[in-house]
Amino acid sequence: MTTIIIIYVLLGLCLGLSLWKSRGKTVQSFHSAAKAFWNMAPGLLAIVGIVGLILGVLPPETISRLVGEEAGLIATATAAVLGAITLIPALISFPLAGSLLRSGATVTTIAAFITTLVMVGTVTAPLEIKALGKKFTLLRNGLSFLAALVIACIMGVILG
Amino acid sequence: MNIIMKFKAPLILALIYVTLAIWAPGIAYRSSAVALDYVREMALIIPPVFILMGLLQVWIPKDRIKSLIGTGSGLKGILISFTMGTLPTGPLYLAFPLAGSLLQKGARVSNIVIFLGAWAALKIPQLIAETEFLGLPFTALRFILTLTAVIVIGQIMEKLISPEDLPKTINTEM
Repeated sequence: MTTIIIIYVLLGLCLGLSLWKSRGKTVQSFHSAAKAFWNMAPGLLAIVGIVGLILGVLPPETISRLVGEEAGLIATATAAVLGAITLIPALISFPLAGSLLRSGATVTTIAAFITTLVMVGTVTAPLEIKALGKKFTLLRNGLSFLAALVIACIMGVILG
Repeated sequence: MNIIMKFKAPLILALIYVTLAIWAPGIAYRSSAVALDYVREMALIIPPVFILMGLLQVWIPKDRIKSLIGTGSGLKGILISFTMGTLPTGPLYLAFPLAGSLLQKGARVSNIVIFLGAWAALKIPQLIAETEFLGLPFTALRFILTLTAVIVIGQIMEKLISPEDLPKTINTEM
């Protein structure tokens, strides 16, 4: 909710300033925004559809069963892969991770899950490719996945 | 016809939903509930993000972006990219078009990677929720390690990516 308020306040300020300085340029900005939106719309709709399907087949309870039941390396690898393919809002993923940690999952597993969840986006990759190119997207996601595994291991050693 | 081709991915997905509704209504119901939640979130966040992007494109000249976060912007560029990313602004996929237009305007690849990394993993509201549910040691350690990782990934990617690898016409010029 705070996010929404902050972003609209920011928009109000910028829009006010823009209108005050030039009406024409403000209209031009809207054109630019509309074009960008039209171009991204299929990708955004597809994300909604795919995320719905993934979480429909793999609801948070199933994820927690998969991550919580297995032990050791398999659990960590499963968590990293699940984190990379799902797209769960932070407000749901942190309580989920917290309850997993309390119910016996290791720090390594939870760190792997959270880190790939936020940094690696398989579902959003087509959108990322469109805006930033194939090479950028593959490198960013691939390197982030590897980094997540390293981060998870270090965290497991220090906090585990 | 063109529009159907443009929207073929969402249309195929809609077809999958209809099929699921027939033989796996449970999954179809859960999936639609999740999808609707996302649509609601997007409806609120997309308009301001895209309008802000339009304003940025029209008002901020190329050399300004270049001097702020381009080559030679040094530590200042890193700090600006990091700060822009941590502001509370919504899901990562909305940062892609913004990142694309910043790159087109002369931002450094490494700074864009830091911007995206901070947006994805180091957002202020997200860190607050994380501290609440996973504790301060976990959050602080993940913050430090992720920030380091993002800076390193940015350096590596800058070495590997040349201007030809980036999309020629960013989404807005079509």
